[in-house]
Amino acid sequence: MSSSTQSASSVANAARRGSPLSRRLLIGFGWLFFTLFLLLPLLIVVSQGLKMGVGTFFDAILEPDALSALKLTIIAVVISVPLNVVFGVSAAWCVSKYSFRGKSILVTLIDLPFSVSPVIAGLVYVLMFGAQGFFGPWLQDHDIQIVFALPGIVLATIFVTVPFVARELIPLMQEQGTQEEEAARLLGANGWQMFWHVTVPNIKWGLIYGVVLCTARAMGEFGAVSVVSGHIRGVTNTLPLHVEILYNEYNHVAAFAVATLLLIMALFILLLKQWSESRINRLRASAAEE
Amino acid sequence: MSRRISPVIPGFGLTLGYTLVYLSLIVLIPLAAMFVHAAQLTWDQFWAIITAPRVLAALQLSFGTAFVAAIINGVIGTVLAWVLVRYTFPGRKVIDAMIDLPFALPTAVAGIALTALYAPNGWIGQFANDLGFKIAYTPMGITLALTFVTLPFVVRTVQPVLADIPREIEEAAACLGAKPLQVFRYILVPALLPAWLTGFALAFARGVGEYGSVIFIAGNMPFKTEILPLLIMVKLDQYDYTGATAIGVMMLVVSFILLLIINLIQRRIEKP
Repeated sequence: MSSSTQSASSVANAARRGSPLSRRLLIGFGWLFFTLFLLLPLLIVVSQGLKMGVGTFFDAILEPDALSALKLTIIAVVISVPLNVVFGVSAAWCVSKYSFRGKSILVTLIDLPFSVSPVIAGLVYVLMFGAQGFFGPWLQDHDIQIVFALPGIVLATIFVTVPFVARELIPLMQEQGTQEEEAARLLGANGWQMFWHVTVPNIKWGLIYGVVLCTARAMGEFGAVSVVSGHIRGVTNTLPLHVEILYNEYNHVAAFAVATLLLIMALFILLLKQWSESRINRLRASAAEE
Repeated sequence: MSRRISPVIPGFGLTLGYTLVYLSLIVLIPLAAMFVHAAQLTWDQFWAIITAPRVLAALQLSFGTAFVAAIINGVIGTVLAWVLVRYTFPGRKVIDAMIDLPFALPTAVAGIALTALYAPNGWIGQFANDLGFKIAYTPMGITLALTFVTLPFVVRTVQPVLADIPREIEEAAACLGAKPLQVFRYILVPALLPAWLTGFALAFARGVGEYGSVIFIAGNMPFKTEILPLLIMVKLDQYDYTGATAIGVMMLVVSFILLLIINLIQRRIEKP
């Protein structure tokens, strides 16, 4: 290959594009890996779910226990995501607009739930609010149930999704700096006006991106919710837990049917993610042009 | 305590206060409660729990499979990032978007899908069965599940860094006579290593704690295919809260030590 007659530009060209063979091999590998590792799992979920026909498929999804699991999953998402949005905006605000001592520790603490096992996330709430937990006797006296009930499921979901919004917003808001907010203030806007009219439009797409990721995790969380749910069918079962119960009862067709429902939700989330990402990139590009 | 960049922008006290209160209530106090609960044990009792043969077997399995999965992702993830950044080919956008599937897909769905594929009678597992080995219900199946759920980490950390490396540098090196391997060793590796390590650490930490995708494919045999998070679950089902807590504390401490080591390596690379 490296004959002395080759011009410098063709060497450079080869370095840029790689030799045709390695290029083809690598692209082929990408396709093969994608097909075997990402596409096949999707296909098997759908094909197993539809194995007994469309009727059985819809029976499994529309059965009362599945519907109540869907409802519980939606409730958990609807409560946990907005709370983590408010937290994420607030955390990103203080981290990106000011400098203070201990900031890097705070950022580490925000990321902490990512390196804690979901099972431990569930365990800590059982230790706090369970019958033998720190607040157990008090809660029992006042007839409040947290663990093995909706509040526990919501708390565990919040725990595992705490970092998502903050993590997307912190780099974005650091990049944007404080000039526009300062200008708004100097022109007489009060704090809330500045926030709603300057900050929110700037971070809108980053925020949507964070919400999408947060929703995906909240909807699919398994380990943490499994610990605190108590697995009461039709009462404290979320959709992923319902899949587990059906699967363990060897009701595989129903398990895969419900899994297909979750899969469709996941693909929808991927689409939303792709869309918000392209909007962020477009904003970045137009900011770079100015 | 504070030295503000910009004194004109309001909300420092409010946002910092809210952030700290929320984080404390949701994450810090509950985690501290676990350590307080574990403190009821004497050191000898704690040590006896975490060095029980069944716990040690699970410890080895969890950290071992998570490590291997992170290494596999380190290699495949880098190759995928390379293919997605450097080449344009039909289907590139689809593959790029689908890399995030493991994050969007509930882990239980991933778990039953992989089990159905790799079980001895599954679409792929039957070929392994013909060759005389099993994938599902062995540590190999656990590694496979962990590789799946942590796939996006390395790709997504390496991809932007790779895209930012000016190609002129590689071209200049090639013009000056560097062989492709030398370009890789002296230009790409130093530039990509910090991001690669971040992706590796994230994948590893997630793998150690992962539960949903693993329990379906693992087989969950004590001493053989029982992971640490499952062992915590088993102890909880037996109302052995202290045992579960001791294992949880041990798991957190070991994970943090490993993440700290990775962090230190990263700092040495970034500031030689």
